[in-house]
Amino acid sequence: MMKFNRRNVLVLGGAAAALPLVGGRALAQDGPLKVGFMYIGTINDNGWNYAHNQGRIYLEEQLGDAVETTYVENVPEGPDSERVLRELAQSGHKLIFATSFGYGDYVLKVAQQFPDVKFEHATGYQRSDNVATYNARFYEGRAVCGTIAGHMSKTGKGGYIGSFPIPEVVMGINAFALAARKVNPDFTMTPVYISTWNDPAREADAARAMVDQGIDIIAQHTDGPAALQVAEERGIVGGFGQGADMSAFAPNAQLTSIIDNWGPHYVEAAQAVIDGTWTSGDRWPGLKEGEVQIGAYNEKIPEDVVAAAEAVKNGQIDGSLHIFTGPINDHTGAERVAAGETMTDEQLLTMDWYVEGVIPPA
Amino acid sequence: MQFKLEKRPRPSQAMLYLTPVAAVVLTMLIGGAIFSLIGYDGMGAVREIFLTPLTNSYKWQDLGIKAAPLIIIGVGLAVAYRANVWNIGAEGQYVMGGVFATGVALTTYGVTGWWVLPLMAIAGIAGGAAYAAIPAVLRTRLGVNEILTSLMLTYASVQLIYYLVRAPWKDPMGMGFPQTRIFSEAARLPTIIPGTIVHLGVPIAIVVALLVWFVMTRSLFGFQIRVVGAAPHAARYGGFSENRTIWLAFLVSGGLAGLAGMLEVAGPFQRLVPGFPTGYGFTAIIVAFLGRLDPLGVIFAAIVLAITFVGGELAQTTIGLPAAAAGIFQAMMLFFLLAGDILVRYRVKRVVHQSAEARA
Repeated sequence: MMKFNRRNVLVLGGAAAALPLVGGRALAQDGPLKVGFMYIGTINDNGWNYAHNQGRIYLEEQLGDAVETTYVENVPEGPDSERVLRELAQSGHKLIFATSFGYGDYVLKVAQQFPDVKFEHATGYQRSDNVATYNARFYEGRAVCGTIAGHMSKTGKGGYIGSFPIPEVVMGINAFALAARKVNPDFTMTPVYISTWNDPAREADAARAMVDQGIDIIAQHTDGPAALQVAEERGIVGGFGQGADMSAFAPNAQLTSIIDNWGPHYVEAAQAVIDGTWTSGDRWPGLKEGEVQIGAYNEKIPEDVVAAAEAVKNGQIDGSLHIFTGPINDHTGAERVAAGETMTDEQLLTMDWYVEGVIPPA
Repeated sequence: MQFKLEKRPRPSQAMLYLTPVAAVVLTMLIGGAIFSLIGYDGMGAVREIFLTPLTNSYKWQDLGIKAAPLIIIGVGLAVAYRANVWNIGAEGQYVMGGVFATGVALTTYGVTGWWVLPLMAIAGIAGGAAYAAIPAVLRTRLGVNEILTSLMLTYASVQLIYYLVRAPWKDPMGMGFPQTRIFSEAARLPTIIPGTIVHLGVPIAIVVALLVWFVMTRSLFGFQIRVVGAAPHAARYGGFSENRTIWLAFLVSGGLAGLAGMLEVAGPFQRLVPGFPTGYGFTAIIVAFLGRLDPLGVIFAAIVLAITFVGGELAQTTIGLPAAAAGIFQAMMLFFLLAGDILVRYRVKRVVHQSAEARA
């Protein structure tokens, strides 16, 4: 009931707001563009899927009557996703966002059968004429979090709860560790992979095991706030919101949060389909474009640490700082990136090694 | 005033077969009412979840491939449950079937030949049966409760997948994503209806159900399973070994779950991924009971469950029902079925307190 009311209100409000714009667009003959979203978890996870759904709502607000959106939740990364994609394409959705890495093969397969439907796959790497990929430079946010961790950690040990060791996750761990070790050269990072994007019980178990090992800062690359809740409960220094602000779950433990702001991209892509200008490609914006944002800082962080974090953030926005600029050694101590060199996007997107200070998982 | 349940001397045979139907109908009515009350289009939900998958011919292929593994696993579980062997770990045996079949597919990578798929099927059945043998040994040798062991082994099997796809079997071209490479052509199940996704596993599922039905009703083996389950003392007296029956029940249910795993990994998945265990082994428990532990009933029950899965996704896209709704409908179905079972086997009787009346 709540969802329907909220959605109706938003559609109406969005429609009213968009009224002055509609006149210029020639879509009366086609009706609204149907846009489909496929989520791996529920929209109430307060993280990854929540953020994508906020983007969907923003799209409805911005384009009003010109779009009609649908979402399907809890779609596993397997043949079930293929069925849902086909279902969305068959029911007249002309633009479909598949928002998890493991949907890749199935997006390509279904896209082949529906050449007039545009597909966009978040965090993926495989493209075709009607399949684009999009992502956000989360590692820039990780660098801000890592800076705070380097200052705040008392034990000098950080933990990182990851889903799968894919480049996307590995580069986040590395960015965090590089930033933290610029502040505290002895800082170490322990990643743990839990083989799922969303399993609050497993996330919490991993977090508890980390706290028991003396880790006092925990970051996570999974979808929900479970690790932060453990951090709150055990009273360690803290952790970071991932995807969305999670301070409601951990008012003391959340130091800051990385907020994913997908809305503008969704509006841009839908508008391009409406205008007939959509093309396949890869988009990878970050802090500068506002697709990655840093949330409010916790009050317990001293002012000089906030200033240091802001400096890292602003440096990445104005381009004076790239966290993957050498010298960078790998975890064995061998030099991987020479002093003054910066890793290319391509190198980042295939990253499969850990920087110095990361204790590789067995 | 108190009530108690009193065993009916002879449960009605007609009601035994009507309760599953009644459970489905009650689920539709009460589910529709509940969703209407909380502000959704309740009748629309029932229509989308239970009817649209049947009326929309596009959806039939989805029903087929979703029902196939449920039928194969459900039939095996029906045999085991008939023998009073509570194998709850079909999910793990399904996983092991998929893992063993993947082992064959990866070792024969690039090889062509008709024998690859049959070899994968044998490996899958062997994998599932071998994994089911563990709770069988523990039960027959040490008397360990098979419900716990078979269930817990499921989690171990999932960890094995995680290990395999991260290290020894990782796709060299997979960008570090933990999954095997896509099987070569010879190790993929062919589609049997051109232009659809219906693979060979669908007819195999029907054949398996018919075969097991024949064996259970027409052979000594089937008779032994049924007698040991229904009347263990009589069975012992008649010379049927209980341990032997436990073994058979585990090997059959495990082997069939393994076969389902092989068909699934060679059909829809075409590679092993961490998301391979999707709960078919657990859903098949509902299927076995909804099908009255009868292989032919299992076919219908599997289709009903497949309808709720496919319909649940339809209801999300067409009327915005949340994903959990399909799960609620499935759970209500099992609830009404079990409740109906109680009423078929027992009758409710009012208990009158003698002492209280005497005092009055």
